[in-house]
Amino acid sequence: MISIYTRRRIINAINLTGSVLAMVFGLFWLFWILLTLFDKGMGGISLTIFTQMPPSPGDSGGLLNAIAGSLVMVTLATLIGTPVGIMAGTYLAEFGQRGWLAPATRFVNDILLSAPSIVIGLFVYTVYVAKVGHFSGWAGALALSLIVIPVVVRTTEDMLRLVPNSLREAAIALGAPQWKVITLVTWRASKVGIMTGILLAVARISGETAPLLFTALNNQFWNDDMSRPMANLPVVIFQFAMSPYEYWQELAWAGALLITLSVLGLNIAARIFLRKRDF
Amino acid sequence: MKPQLSLMLVSAALFLTTPAFAADITGAGATFPYPVYAKWADAYKKSTGIRLNYQSIGSGGGIKQIKAKTVDFGASDKPLTVEELEKNGLTQFPTVIGGVVPVINIDGLKEGQLKLTGAVLADIFLGKIKQWNDPAIAGLNNDINLPASNIAVVHRADGSGTTFLFTDYLSKVSPEWKEKIGADASVAWPIGTGGKGNEGVANFVKQIKNSIGYVEAAYVKQNKMRYVQLQNRDGAFVTPVEDSFRAAAVNTQWDKNTGFYEILTHKPGQESWPITGATFVLMHQTQDNPGQALEVLKFFEWAYAHGDGMALELDYIPLPDNIVKLIEDSWRTRIKSKSGQAIYSAQ
Amino acid sequence: MRHHFLLAVITKISLARFQSGAAKTMSTAHSVAQLKRQQLFDRVFRQATWFFTVIVFLLLAALIGSLLIGSWPAIQAFGFDFLFSTQWNPVTEKFGALVPITGTLITSLIALSIGIPVSFGIALFLTELSPPWLRRPLGTAIELLAGIPSIIYGMWGLFVFAPFFAKHIQPAIQSTLGEVAGIGFLFEGAVMGIGMLTAGIILAIMVIPFIASVMRDVFEVVPPLLKESAYALGATTWEVIWRVVLPYTKSGVVGGIMLGFGRALGETMAVTFVIGNAHQLHASLFMPGNSIASALANEFTEADGDLYTAALIELGLILFLITFVVLACSKILLLQLKKREGAVA
Repeated sequence: MISIYTRRRIINAINLTGSVLAMVFGLFWLFWILLTLFDKGMGGISLTIFTQMPPSPGDSGGLLNAIAGSLVMVTLATLIGTPVGIMAGTYLAEFGQRGWLAPATRFVNDILLSAPSIVIGLFVYTVYVAKVGHFSGWAGALALSLIVIPVVVRTTEDMLRLVPNSLREAAIALGAPQWKVITLVTWRASKVGIMTGILLAVARISGETAPLLFTALNNQFWNDDMSRPMANLPVVIFQFAMSPYEYWQELAWAGALLITLSVLGLNIAARIFLRKRDF
Repeated sequence: MKPQLSLMLVSAALFLTTPAFAADITGAGATFPYPVYAKWADAYKKSTGIRLNYQSIGSGGGIKQIKAKTVDFGASDKPLTVEELEKNGLTQFPTVIGGVVPVINIDGLKEGQLKLTGAVLADIFLGKIKQWNDPAIAGLNNDINLPASNIAVVHRADGSGTTFLFTDYLSKVSPEWKEKIGADASVAWPIGTGGKGNEGVANFVKQIKNSIGYVEAAYVKQNKMRYVQLQNRDGAFVTPVEDSFRAAAVNTQWDKNTGFYEILTHKPGQESWPITGATFVLMHQTQDNPGQALEVLKFFEWAYAHGDGMALELDYIPLPDNIVKLIEDSWRTRIKSKSGQAIYSAQ
Repeated sequence: MRHHFLLAVITKISLARFQSGAAKTMSTAHSVAQLKRQQLFDRVFRQATWFFTVIVFLLLAALIGSLLIGSWPAIQAFGFDFLFSTQWNPVTEKFGALVPITGTLITSLIALSIGIPVSFGIALFLTELSPPWLRRPLGTAIELLAGIPSIIYGMWGLFVFAPFFAKHIQPAIQSTLGEVAGIGFLFEGAVMGIGMLTAGIILAIMVIPFIASVMRDVFEVVPPLLKESAYALGATTWEVIWRVVLPYTKSGVVGGIMLGFGRALGETMAVTFVIGNAHQLHASLFMPGNSIASALANEFTEADGDLYTAALIELGLILFLITFVVLACSKILLLQLKKREGAVA
């Protein structure tokens, strides 16, 4: 017989070892994937990627228009989706105690979290592209923002709910009006969590192929008109990766590396930025 | 957050305000011709300044998009029948030719060593012939030693014009295939594993020992895969090379009145490769915007005249000149503006 | 730390109010006007959040509605049989969703059964075990897993992971787990590197960052007082986590799991590359299968028949239905947990 004390210590040790192993397990995949990306993509990374247009088969070139197009559409989608998502999430957490709107919205929102992205592309195609009669960067941004919204709504609500009520009560007791309580106290308290939600959403849309195929299409050439088909990295990566030509495949891996590194950079930058503002 | 935000807005605004370039052409559809259209478009832009943007969204997508008029032209590996064309007010013409090639991975066998007939190929993909040393295969290949191992079948996971041509061929040579499976961009495969895209199939065939799959000719060459010889309609065993693809196109009676509806599988001719196919462009017969339609036609006119070398470089077979002539004739009679005037009148 | 900062904000608010009050003579008229203004702001703010919620609701409802319209021809043609038929034949236009439904559920369950314990371990490590200076970089590293675009998971899965899996892992599994009576059938068949298990594993890697980062965020907001009280009573780290932190954060944790589950259910590109896309039911996890999202992605672009398209859209609708059922179950689970809590107390 082992004493209860020893048993508890053993269980503790086993589980904590498990925890360390879990961490190692998570990092292992990250490194494997990054290693693959660097291995296959580094060869394609050079200055020309940022300065030249995608090559036609047999030529050399870069990914300039795809990088620009992705940047613009992802930025726009985030700019549209984030405020909408945060406001709606705030309503759900702070005002949504009564009435049908909050539970109904929560319901559709949760369902849409798992919507296959191609379905969202299809929706924007039917209500926008087919009506207007042409593919456009706007449609792409719109489709992406529809992916951002559910993620931001969900994380915002979750994070706001975690703010202890005593904080709100303290602020109210000091005579602060509700809008100030929310903007200055609850939002700030859950800032990091909401930011995590936004970053997850941005990470997700920056690699989405399916919703862009039927909305932004893609463009072989430089296009600075949002109402025309717009180039974007994920679709270019997909087309090049599945092509028979090695130089296209290499460019695809380079593009993949680029997206991953940008998302990483954005993540780190946002964290540092948030930390600075804390004090 | 403010300075970053305004920076983003400014950069976004820059993108929004620049005026549109008038003569941009948009096309979408089949994946198969994507590289060659991209190549042509690039060269065309250099010589004329006009940008033709073609995107591969699949043949089904191309057909849907031209019907919905979201693009200036659609593209499909699977031609529409005359009835379908008339129903939707469309017209179509072929642009380039390519081939689908069965590829294998058997230790000790080199490119083109294995010989198969269409019927045997169908039985393999039906799961009726299970082993490589089956008498049906061995009988065709007395000179080589075939392993007594199971055949691993690899097919496409995604819908594809390549699959359409392959299954169309099997339907023509095997009544059982026609009855049980049929021909389409994706079918209910009785056996096998699906690889995503030509690249996915090529990858699996290279990985899995004793496997067989089918890919577009360009992938055979680029991936250095082991292709097989196929028996054609005239009973000759042919290898998948440029000349045998071209022979299939030459030995076809193209008819502009049927919208060039021709699937080049199982065509007569001693040299014809049996799984050949053309890829098609779809346009509306009545054009709301004649200027835009003319630009599309001018592009393909230019491509027929100057694009042969580029096509061959990328392993596509350009159309013989007499067919091009027929196509350009068809433009004159079939593509009109709203007032009924012919749009194309060059030469 | 965060709470100190908040207290500072609150003090700042009150100080500002106090100073403004002190500087001016406090006339009742003035404060009434201010009160009114603040009430107006309150209303405007509230209305604004309401307005955006309505927009979100309408947009999302319209999305579901458009799916319903799009799939109507298939619903009419196949009725309930659609759910139970394994047939998927574009040539004869006979469609059934049983194979993709099963595939979606199986791959997602594999993903969760790997993902949840690993994520919990990671969150535990990040909040309790890690030296403070390592927390941020390690946390970011895990979040980065979510930052890798799904198409890259797909390409990596197909070109790197699948060959490795077929060569080293699958034979090992077959010679160990495959020999165990009762579950051996799960690992039968040729080793090809792709199939349901591969898809499940890749999905697990993809959901880990979602579940782990939410778990970590909610673990971090557990009031230190609670944990310290437990430690003071002599609890081990594990007991504190299992008995104090987890119960306190359970709704957040379930939320995180749901976020991951949602992602797993709807993930398209990564699964498409590795699942094999075969419309057949197999008991073995090594065999190719199909999932709803990958069937949509693989076939939608080439589908030209109206019924074919409608059947694919109906698949999307069914995915929503599955999500709904899963969500409902998780809500019931949470309620049960709460009830039991009440009974104990």
